[in-house]
Amino acid sequence: MDYPQIVQYCFAGITVGSIYAIVGIGFNIIYNTTGIINFAQGEFLIVGAMTAISFSQFFPLPVAIGMAILITILLGGLVEITFIRQVRNASILRLIIITIGISILIREAMLHIWDEKVRFLPYFTGTDTSTVTVLGAHISPQVLWVLGVCAVIVLGLTLFFKYTLTGRAMRACADDRMAARLCGINDRWMVTLSFMLSAGIGAIAGCIISPIAQTQYDMGAPLAIKGFTAAILGGLGNSMAAVAAGLFLGLMEAFMVSQFDVAYKEAVSIVILLLILVFRPSGIFGRHEINVLRTM
Amino acid sequence: MGFRKYIPVIVTALMVVGLQIVLSLTGATYYLTQITMSAYYALVVIGLCLLMGYAGQVSLGHAGFFAIGGYTSAVLTTCNLIAYRDNSLIAWCGSLGLVTQWTDIYGKDILSFSPWAALAAALLLTSLIAVLIGVSIIHLKGHYLAMATLGFGLIIYRIVLGAQIFGQADGISNVPPFGLFDGLQVNGRLPFRTQNYYIAWVMVITTMMLAINLIDSHIGRALRSIHQNEEAAHSLGVNTYRCKLFTFVLSALIAAAGGIFLTHYNGSIGPSEVTVMKSIRYVAIVAVGGMANLWGALFMGILLNFLSLRGVFGSYDDAVFGAILIGIMLLAPQGLLRKPDFRAVLSFLSKRSHG
Repeated sequence: MDYPQIVQYCFAGITVGSIYAIVGIGFNIIYNTTGIINFAQGEFLIVGAMTAISFSQFFPLPVAIGMAILITILLGGLVEITFIRQVRNASILRLIIITIGISILIREAMLHIWDEKVRFLPYFTGTDTSTVTVLGAHISPQVLWVLGVCAVIVLGLTLFFKYTLTGRAMRACADDRMAARLCGINDRWMVTLSFMLSAGIGAIAGCIISPIAQTQYDMGAPLAIKGFTAAILGGLGNSMAAVAAGLFLGLMEAFMVSQFDVAYKEAVSIVILLLILVFRPSGIFGRHEINVLRTM
Repeated sequence: MGFRKYIPVIVTALMVVGLQIVLSLTGATYYLTQITMSAYYALVVIGLCLLMGYAGQVSLGHAGFFAIGGYTSAVLTTCNLIAYRDNSLIAWCGSLGLVTQWTDIYGKDILSFSPWAALAAALLLTSLIAVLIGVSIIHLKGHYLAMATLGFGLIIYRIVLGAQIFGQADGISNVPPFGLFDGLQVNGRLPFRTQNYYIAWVMVITTMMLAINLIDSHIGRALRSIHQNEEAAHSLGVNTYRCKLFTFVLSALIAAAGGIFLTHYNGSIGPSEVTVMKSIRYVAIVAVGGMANLWGALFMGILLNFLSLRGVFGSYDDAVFGAILIGIMLLAPQGLLRKPDFRAVLSFLSKRSHG
């Protein structure tokens, strides 16, 4: 493997890795406010991408993507209000099963709306053959779009949670919901907001990756598994660590593809997930004591 | 308890016989095929019910165990060893009766492992894998356990889809019938329809009796105590780890048995048996039956699988099971078939009749 080839693999890895990171952050936002792992997280990406693809036939690309994000945000809010809000104080098993049910319903609805065809958004700049040369490697300009947008999302979320009143209120809910409520924070609205936020960034990720990875109705579940692996690897609830873990996972996968059969690509990342779950459920950045408490 | 706990078993057996008689009298024996298949799927559900309802452990990868059983049996009974006929190891297996020679539908001679040998190998492999997986993940809880079992199921799916030996997307077909005893065989062909209906039901009822006795034993009591409060059970000296592991392996074995027999019955197995959706479907059936309710799980397992196999749900098949999951968990987390409900209905009726 010569130098440009390594750079090539690195870019491929970072590109998918940043998408895994965004999905991982989506998991974390909802987990922090509700303690739920939302199994329908991957579906948000596909809904976002599919709606954008449909709208892009009638509207210019930025408008189509904007509308798709808005619709996915509304879907996220709707899911919370119609299902999650009804079952407060439910056991984790019940909540898991409900979010699995939601993911199935969304997926089946997509199958009936958009059928089984593989679709994709047009490239944001240039075409599928245009390349940019970076460090001796030829990459698509869309890769730069993915990296740029993901960086903006991470930065934006950090600022949002740190400096805005709403962001701080959401963090307060994550820390101690009862105390937050006593401070006059509308905790129900915060939970709804976390679903909307998580759906929104999911939709953005779905749209920017669509030209490269293409979109099919059933691609949400594998993405969710990868995103969950990133979230777990970084330690559940820790969004910054999820970014690092997502990039790491993407790089691992990119270099694994050069060694293994593509058919086993998925299996590789799932094996990583199982290994972390078995040996270090607190993630590589988490503390072991927390892990013991969390898994108890 | 004693004899009383077998009353539902006897009632079920009578209903099974009654159903067969009614169907043959009305000339609708074609339903028997789907009921037989549903019965094998119901085996998986019963095993999962033990694990989810009684041990309180969720598994989103039970289709994986079903597939390990089915695929192992299919590979061993269809691999052609005829080229190695003179190999001393194969000859030795032959002298033990482990390999049989048969002719496939194209008239080709095939020397492969006998279904009994394949059954033993499949169950052995399943218990090995189940122990290995169980030891590593049984200490996990909630989301972590759900994701770990989901990951296990996905890995099996990817292996099945990727490996040449498992026929990739085509699966394995031409699996020979399973000759149990003289004249009795697990075979999907028309002349064997009624016979197989009873074979499947004997299997289901045997498993039910095993399960009933298990939850009535000290292990069952330990499991219930774990489900209610694991720390309390642990402090009272219950070996929670071993109880959960035992149930996990047992339920995996039951799922594998379902896979083995259904594969011989259908004569084939494919990757569609291993999808995550299949695993979730089993979870949905256990949930709608009422989690810790074996008879509910059995009834719903037969009913829903039968309706699904008949194609009643059409292209909304998966959506129906998704809707069932949400509906049950939102509105009736105790399942549809609860004893208190029956009592309420009965008392309501008796009040009516008295009033």
